[in-house]
Amino acid sequence: MSGFDKVVTRYEDAMAGLRDDMTVIAGGFGLCGIPEGLIAQIKTMGTKGLTVVSNNCGVDGFGLGILLEDKQIKKMMSSYVGENALFEKQLLAGELEVELTPQGTLAEKMRAGGAGIPAFFTATGYGTPVGDGKDVRYFDGRPYILEESVTGDFAIVKAWKADRYGNCVYRHTAQNFNPMAATAGKITVVEVEEIVEPGELEPSQIHTPGIYVDRVIKGTFEKRIERKVTSEEGQ
Amino acid sequence: MALTREQIAMRVAQEFQDGSYVNLGIGIPTLAANYVPDGVDVMLQSENGLLGMGRYPTEAEVDADMINAGKETVTASVGASIFDSAESFGMIRGGHVDFTVLGAFEVDVNGNIASWMIPGKLVKGMGGAMDLVAGAKNIIVTMTHADKHGNSKLLQSCTLPLTGVNCITQIITDLAVLDVADGAYHLRERAPGVTVEEIQEKTAGTLIVDGDIPEMKIK
Repeated sequence: MSGFDKVVTRYEDAMAGLRDDMTVIAGGFGLCGIPEGLIAQIKTMGTKGLTVVSNNCGVDGFGLGILLEDKQIKKMMSSYVGENALFEKQLLAGELEVELTPQGTLAEKMRAGGAGIPAFFTATGYGTPVGDGKDVRYFDGRPYILEESVTGDFAIVKAWKADRYGNCVYRHTAQNFNPMAATAGKITVVEVEEIVEPGELEPSQIHTPGIYVDRVIKGTFEKRIERKVTSEEGQ
Repeated sequence: MALTREQIAMRVAQEFQDGSYVNLGIGIPTLAANYVPDGVDVMLQSENGLLGMGRYPTEAEVDADMINAGKETVTASVGASIFDSAESFGMIRGGHVDFTVLGAFEVDVNGNIASWMIPGKLVKGMGGAMDLVAGAKNIIVTMTHADKHGNSKLLQSCTLPLTGVNCITQIITDLAVLDVADGAYHLRERAPGVTVEEIQEKTAGTLIVDGDIPEMKIK
């Protein structure tokens, strides 16, 4: 069964094949559940002209934000950006293109892309700038716009645990976009906190079946918190 | 007297029914969670993938993998569930969330809302707002009735790029509670001490005032 062993140990191997002008789909919500080591590897490789599909673009100096430092990103498809000054600067200078996409539509674009559905109708964005130029159809008297799905040359994903066959589970809200991203890459790379042997994960509790996953690498994670808010016990 | 932010949140919370699933936007809507009436249980949906958002964590409970849609650390309440973003927006878009409460720059008499983009200013994105207004069963907009220059935010027709069309059903401002139906605002309640005339003066769109308008009950 070694043909199913997806584990790689070096980041060069994890991201091998990434070239200029490719599309990368990335999991994560803000800085939560992001594949920190895979992003760092893309920075090390210096790959340019990337189109990155991700809900956000990190912050200055962390997450996908580090790929802005050497202008590696040509275009972002995101629902919310601008938590970083560098992003704003490159956007205003015309060095970076942004396709703002409603968050649910973005998730569905990835899900549909991974599921072989090229486009879908949604009411989200009808009558707004998002709907401009898109096909409209009425169902039960309500207007919907046609949104095309997305796939990537690569998908980079953060999971909690994976087994050697690439079956993945996510932890708490670090799940977010990761399961959809995992389905939508021609090559899907998952960075995890722990690699276990096949059989150790309960089959009915797997979030991402290994069929979607090409490479698994064990990482170490800083897990930076964007907005730490606390309360007194019992409040 | 115009209501404070906290008082607007208190009035919003009176709308929730026991057993409601509720998504609260950032700002005044988030405050409504603090004023849910006794005997009413609501479950808060956070669109990054958490149904049953609890209180903020203690220092010992802080977990980087446990955040809300505002990217703040949170806990899960008893009976919570956690899922991916497609599932989260499936329940939103599919109309399973009972109440969405969000702020706005402008609304109009046709139930349109503008809340995400001011041309000429840097646009950070719509996040989940367009999905929420397209999907929720009841959308409550909270905002001040007029901007700081005194210009009405309750217009006949929105001037800013829209977040959603024909979707707003209720507005709770610092001056009034209004329903939106049949191409007009319908005044339902006024803030304590605020006159109907003041509300009329600060409402730019068609306003229907039918009979005596009661004062809101705010503690």
